[in-house]
Amino acid sequence: MAKMRLVRLSAYFGRTQALKEINLDIPEFNVTAVIGPSGCGKSTLVRCLNRMHETVKDARVEGEVLLDGENIYAPGVDPVQIRWRVGMVFQKPAPFPTMSIEDNVAAGLKLNGLVRNRAERAEIVERSLRRAALWDEVKDELGKPGTSLSGGQQQRLCIARALAVEPEVLLMDEPCSALDPISTAHIEELVLELKSQYTIVIVTHNMQQAARVSDFTAFVLGGVLIEFGDTKQIFTNPEQQETEDYITGRFG
Amino acid sequence: MRTIAFQTDRHRTWRKFKNATMMGATVAATLATLVPLFLVLSYLVKQGLFGINWAFFTRLPRPVGEMGGGMGNAVLGTIELVGLASILAVPLGIGTGIYLSEPGHNGTATNVVRFAADVLMGVPSIVVGIFAYGVVVRPMGGFSALAGAFALATMMTPLVARTAEEALRLVPAELRESALALGIPRWRTSVSVVARTAARGIATGVLLALARIAGETAPLLFTAFGNQYWSTSLKQPIAALTVQVYTYAISPFEDWHRQAWAGALVLTAMVLLVEALVRLLSGRRLRVPR
Repeated sequence: MAKMRLVRLSAYFGRTQALKEINLDIPEFNVTAVIGPSGCGKSTLVRCLNRMHETVKDARVEGEVLLDGENIYAPGVDPVQIRWRVGMVFQKPAPFPTMSIEDNVAAGLKLNGLVRNRAERAEIVERSLRRAALWDEVKDELGKPGTSLSGGQQQRLCIARALAVEPEVLLMDEPCSALDPISTAHIEELVLELKSQYTIVIVTHNMQQAARVSDFTAFVLGGVLIEFGDTKQIFTNPEQQETEDYITGRFG
Repeated sequence: MRTIAFQTDRHRTWRKFKNATMMGATVAATLATLVPLFLVLSYLVKQGLFGINWAFFTRLPRPVGEMGGGMGNAVLGTIELVGLASILAVPLGIGTGIYLSEPGHNGTATNVVRFAADVLMGVPSIVVGIFAYGVVVRPMGGFSALAGAFALATMMTPLVARTAEEALRLVPAELRESALALGIPRWRTSVSVVARTAARGIATGVLLALARIAGETAPLLFTAFGNQYWSTSLKQPIAALTVQVYTYAISPFEDWHRQAWAGALVLTAMVLLVEALVRLLSGRRLRVPR
């Protein structure tokens, strides 16, 4: 079943068109990888899924993105509400530097005035950190600044922070590109665990990573969706010549 | 095999000579900058320390001819004026700084505001005083602490706005993005995440602006006006150290000169104290995520 559906989705930065009429179904409780060379529009694509694209100056979107069948770009839809349902993790881990580990995790709820009491807060913090496989490493130092953690831990903290608001979809924009191989392996394991509860879309320029973690793969080139399909099929028997050229390393 | 002589002796001597010359020139320039500062401070201490005693901070000025007395009212007045100006200017300045630093705003509008702030910073302080005279003193029917504070706030606002803008711009864009992506509304993101991260930089800017306006005389001459008595009323003229020093320094009386020096020293010490606080704040760097 498609959790999200992109219908003739085009994205622009001013006059430059970054995405051209993309049609794509994102299956629920699966990991969908978006691959493609630098500048092909893969980050823009995921940023259209939680209305983050429009936070950039002069950026706009045409077409539809359906979340459970409802267009998130319909008039009257509050982007803030969409971002509640579609969480996001970025390339560079960015814990809020003024906040402790605990406050970082609770930030999304706290800054929306949604934490009722301390007990509830502690529960949410623990649950989110456990899901992000960070709890055991930080449970004794929740009051320390989030920035005191290592890079890989910081990224898992950001994942915990995103999970704390209970999203249905988790977008990950090259979540491992700033991390060492061991931290990368941690995150990849985590992705595989999380897909039982969340629909995950992961942007990556690492094709091995796409092959390891994803169930479906979308290949984007020059703002156009060239091919979408089962990850195994894309990597072993792609239909399009461009896809084959890219995954065999002939360009990109 | 061919040997390459990277440096002949003559070469090396010439290079070392150039290095020594440039080094000497920069050291000389540094000294030339520091010497006046040192001279001003030492002369100030030498002349002013003599006049500083308990009475200086607790007593009112005495009439001409009578020895003793102090500038207690002026010390208090300066603190009141600067405090009042900050109350007016800091929220306004930080608000403007947030507006200027927000991404995605209309470029023309922000450029106009930024240019206006820069122009306002360059307006001669006496002109700011005349402006405050026209806007506050005349309608109110007299000189007042409020008018003085208004004049100082007019100078302080653009300073705070521009330093706040710079401090806010140093906050990595990823933090703003992360907050927005968490479903935190934009205003909350700006205040609770971006401004909070830049808080130390903003505080530094506020203190620098404060130190700057504390030493202003011209805007106060026909706004706060000065006062020989204890007064903290907003609607009455109020004493200020700078104005008091000015009045005493141009007088022909020996005893007043002594007090003017003491006043100048106290004012400088107050400003240096604030500057020291700035060093303390900005010394601990803003922590940016790796």
